[in-house]
Amino acid sequence: MSSEISGILLDQADRLFAQHVTRERLVEADAGRWPEAIWQAVEAAGLPLALVAEEAGGAGLAAADGMRLLRRVGYHTVPLPLAETMLAAHLWAAAGGTVPEGPITLGPCNDGDAVALDRAGAGFTLRGRLHRVPWGGQAGHVLVHARDAGGTARLALLARPPAGNAERTNLAREPRVTLDLDGIALAEDAVRPAPKLAEEGLLVLGALVRAQQMVGAMERSLDYGLTYANERKQFGRPIGKFQAVQHMLAIAAGHYAAAAAAADFAAQEWGSARFGFAVAVAKARAGEAAGAVAEAAHQVHGAMGFTQEHPLHYATRRLWSWRDEFGHEALWQERIGRQVCAAGGTALWPMLVGA
Amino acid sequence: MQAFQFDTVTLPPEAEAMRRRVRAFLAEERAAGHLSGRGSWSAFDPEFSRRAGAAGFIGVTWPREFGGHAQSFLVRYVVTEEMLAAGAPCGAHWVADRQSGPQILRHGSEAAKRDILPRICAGECFFAIGMSEPDSGSDLAATRTRAVRTEGGWLINGSKIWTSRAHRAHYLIALVRTGEAGEDRHGGLTQFIVDLAQPGVTVRPIRNLAGGHEFNEVFFKDYFVADDRMVGKEGQGWSMVTSELAFERSGPDRFLSDYQLLAELIDRVGEAPGERQAVEIGRLVAHLAALRRMSTSIAGMIESGRSPGVEAALVKDVGTSFERDLPEVARRIVAVEPSVDDGEDGFAAALADVELHAPSFTIRGGTREILRGMIARGLGLR
Repeated sequence: MSSEISGILLDQADRLFAQHVTRERLVEADAGRWPEAIWQAVEAAGLPLALVAEEAGGAGLAAADGMRLLRRVGYHTVPLPLAETMLAAHLWAAAGGTVPEGPITLGPCNDGDAVALDRAGAGFTLRGRLHRVPWGGQAGHVLVHARDAGGTARLALLARPPAGNAERTNLAREPRVTLDLDGIALAEDAVRPAPKLAEEGLLVLGALVRAQQMVGAMERSLDYGLTYANERKQFGRPIGKFQAVQHMLAIAAGHYAAAAAAADFAAQEWGSARFGFAVAVAKARAGEAAGAVAEAAHQVHGAMGFTQEHPLHYATRRLWSWRDEFGHEALWQERIGRQVCAAGGTALWPMLVGA
Repeated sequence: MQAFQFDTVTLPPEAEAMRRRVRAFLAEERAAGHLSGRGSWSAFDPEFSRRAGAAGFIGVTWPREFGGHAQSFLVRYVVTEEMLAAGAPCGAHWVADRQSGPQILRHGSEAAKRDILPRICAGECFFAIGMSEPDSGSDLAATRTRAVRTEGGWLINGSKIWTSRAHRAHYLIALVRTGEAGEDRHGGLTQFIVDLAQPGVTVRPIRNLAGGHEFNEVFFKDYFVADDRMVGKEGQGWSMVTSELAFERSGPDRFLSDYQLLAELIDRVGEAPGERQAVEIGRLVAHLAALRRMSTSIAGMIESGRSPGVEAALVKDVGTSFERDLPEVARRIVAVEPSVDDGEDGFAAALADVELHAPSFTIRGGTREILRGMIARGLGLR
């Protein structure tokens, strides 16, 4: 897909989200109701298949453009597993599978979970448990990363099993449930060798996706903060005229810009030899920025930002959750630190510039 | 948010080719014993600058007729980041290459261009910055040093302060008052090229807290400057200084000042760091990787003819905050007492050097408070 067409698709998605992700629907999603109307609109626009190749029936968006789309998903606080579905559909299609309709979630989503595949006649059975699966009670299918007895990485696509802890959510009230996979039988064609991108698991890809969404939600939080600072008057002038407020927002803008740059880096390195390093940089930097930006945005809003009424919390509660999902900052920082230290001080610069 | 934009930039093949040339040059320098292990890039070494000039690493973007190499800003970006990361002693030619030369190229007289630019490119002509005054630090519009017309030129009286390397540079570009400030306070300022070897100018050293002699106070007493040494037009000084600062603020020198300490820290911690050490080092590297992306992006914007003033202020604020953070992290995860005179412990020496110089990182080239005000205006707060 040409970059011009992908630009049009991004604009269309932006308008679609602005139109369909209404206040009422966010309130309903918060209360635990699946926002079917938004999903219908998103599916009709072909967004779940945005990252699936055109010959496989998708939109064929380049990875970097797909990541830009995910920032808009984060900006509009779309209360759906759209990022998860886009990623799962891309991986399953890349593995040669046929992508089913409806929302798809994926797992494992954290460092501690692992799933094993055991041979059973012509097919397989699964062994393992997935914790805090996004929309694991609503998605029609689950894409699972698992290893067989020989250690080969495979992807399995299965109809969603019943959810445990079905009422559990993250801070943004997005469902995060347990899926018990023990003994689930799979036919031969429901299991495929993992494409190279997913050989090591789904943690890196999930972290990339959450980093992009955080950049979007940070932009939204700053937009709210800047608008409020220019509108709210105290002591006879807009509070944005006070240096203390200006500097707070300037610092937050620096965090946001650095996070966006790190997320760009990861998007650009999609599938390259430096992909893991770049994603670690993105998730670590965006996670750190998320806390700082949310704090500044709330401080600017005063008590108003602490209410249900003001919509700021739809963005900030997501930031507080997403920074901990698919590995919190310390996990990714430690990975970077170990890689860098193993290579030594002189090797750092070539690692940073990729040459 | 539409306030600023950091586009993704892919470095072109010629920039990567230049990277290989710079690395080969630095390898030769190291083999010849000209580079100390992990020195500071700001060290003043005229002989190194001469060799760097001869190798084609100064005036990279300038036209060939003035001794330059007619390459893109992205190629220049790669030259600077490789030099800084290697700790090559670029202090002598840095200001001339980064901002004085480009100002003369864009706004100088034909005579000044022909006289000065080829010598800068050859690594033989060094500049200092004549902006701050005793009563005019962050508030440049308060400049009081004055130039008045005389036959064939101007007479300058007044003083400049915090003028780094004025005692070793050949020239400085002085921002002086030639007329009334006007209502916005930005009028009546003009820039001149001052030859520091001519009569009427005196340089007095100011020692810094580390004991070093880097900056100075510069006094002008009826200093004569010829008309053709004016940069730009009379009264244009303010707009020129603000555009010059975009060059000064966005480069890799705004986040690599203490890069050598990070390299020392990694080696000191060793191949098998503790969990906390790995986490802290990983955090620093993530910050650095993001900063480099931002700075590369600005080089791309300058190349495409834009003037990314707000983005530059943002990079300097985030970059210098990182520079200030680095020694604090280093001392938290390695128990060592910083020492300027422990020749056996490279890490203790690097830590000492950085701790003593760190206060200047968030002051030179615009204090962080001034930068944050600029960023806020760029964000639409006013």
